[in-house]
Amino acid sequence: MNTLTVEALTFRDRGPYFLRIAGGKCLGLMGASGAGKSLLLRAIADLDPHGGRLLLDDMACDQVPAPVWRRQVALLPAESGWWHDRVDEHFRNFGALESDKLARLGFATDVGGWQVSRLSTGEKQRLAVLRMLENTPRTLLLDEPTASLDAANVTAVEKMLLDYGRTTPAAMLWVSHDPDQLARVADDIQVMNADGSLTGGEVE
Amino acid sequence: MGVKPLSGFDLALAGLLVLALGLCSWRLRLGLERRLAISALRTTVQLLLIGQVLRVLFAHASFPFVFGISMVMLLVAGREVMARQHRRIKGFSGWLLGTGSMFVSSFAVAFFALAVVIANDPWYTPQYAIPLLGMLLGNTMNGISLSMDRLTEAFWQQRQIIEQRLVLGQTSMEAIEELRQQAMRSGMIPIINSMAVVGLVSLPGMMTGQILGGSTPMDAVKYQILIMFLICAGTGFGVMTAITLTCRKLFDERQRLRLDVLKKQK
Repeated sequence: MNTLTVEALTFRDRGPYFLRIAGGKCLGLMGASGAGKSLLLRAIADLDPHGGRLLLDDMACDQVPAPVWRRQVALLPAESGWWHDRVDEHFRNFGALESDKLARLGFATDVGGWQVSRLSTGEKQRLAVLRMLENTPRTLLLDEPTASLDAANVTAVEKMLLDYGRTTPAAMLWVSHDPDQLARVADDIQVMNADGSLTGGEVE
Repeated sequence: MGVKPLSGFDLALAGLLVLALGLCSWRLRLGLERRLAISALRTTVQLLLIGQVLRVLFAHASFPFVFGISMVMLLVAGREVMARQHRRIKGFSGWLLGTGSMFVSSFAVAFFALAVVIANDPWYTPQYAIPLLGMLLGNTMNGISLSMDRLTEAFWQQRQIIEQRLVLGQTSMEAIEELRQQAMRSGMIPIINSMAVVGLVSLPGMMTGQILGGSTPMDAVKYQILIMFLICAGTGFGVMTAITLTCRKLFDERQRLRLDVLKKQK
């Protein structure tokens, strides 16, 4: 259930990529900067034109409207974007967020009224995780989700994402530069080489 | 009462003012002398030429002739809209977007004014049709080029935010709603502002000309009110059309942001 299948995915001069991540499993993705890890995530989120097939269980990407696909196959970009003044304006329904969830990432409920311009990079990153999970996606594409967090928050975010992935269950593709992190969170690891090719196994 | 004719010498006297300005620009190193000279020269040549064209046109008021002249005006305005954009949409479709929007709004509004409001016989009487269309095109051109420039620049600078909104599951039109509104506003605000101050601060050129030409002030004023309404509607609808079409063009069928359709100029 909630298996993400990437079949012969090609984009720009890259690919074909074959991936299969079962719901509740996490595939770690490593590789040098500029190898194209983010591009791969963007293609899977249907943000860039691509060839090949993307499937979530038996739902094909090109058979549902793009917003439907992107809500279910959620991309957490390395740098989150904020466009309104207040934090809660970026959520579908901030009031419905459980205070327990906010507390796990170190926030009180009054964070909804905070000005976005006051947020630190780390605060934005943690809030972006909550904002993404609000859509209850069935797949998580995570682009260095803890890059600008301190050790305590890294643990908290890792735990929240893993709990979400295991209980939903959601397929996870987790990009990180930290091998120790991937050893903690991933069921399997693939390495992207400079030419964009992947070496490693499948996660079933 | 006719207009007191101006001689070439009269114009040369006024030209001395521009020359004096050029000298100051040179002393202050503004670097505008060349552009000033070229623009002043273009004003003279273009207006003298159009004077000749209009003289012939007024003598032979045929529909194909009037239509042909208006098409030339449209094409030049369309080229100008393209040239004024920092990042423009590549290829023929970029040109068609701006020019098509101008055509739809300006020509529809001009036809309505000529055939329904003024109702001359024939409706395309060139003494009315050409100046009216000229004013409409000029203002619509400004509005459309300003708003399209704002829009593409905002898309470029906020691409990360637009894509963030897309990955959260917003549709392309939701993700750019504010940008679209700002661009439309920026194209329409100048004409709205000028409607608010006309007569108090500025006396429009057309009205001044009409009064100089011997019309009574009340006649001139009524024409000016008509023109202001027409320009306002023409610019507004033109801007809305151009921005709506441009927004569509910047996404593909899968609602992906496609900034690769833009080309940077200069």
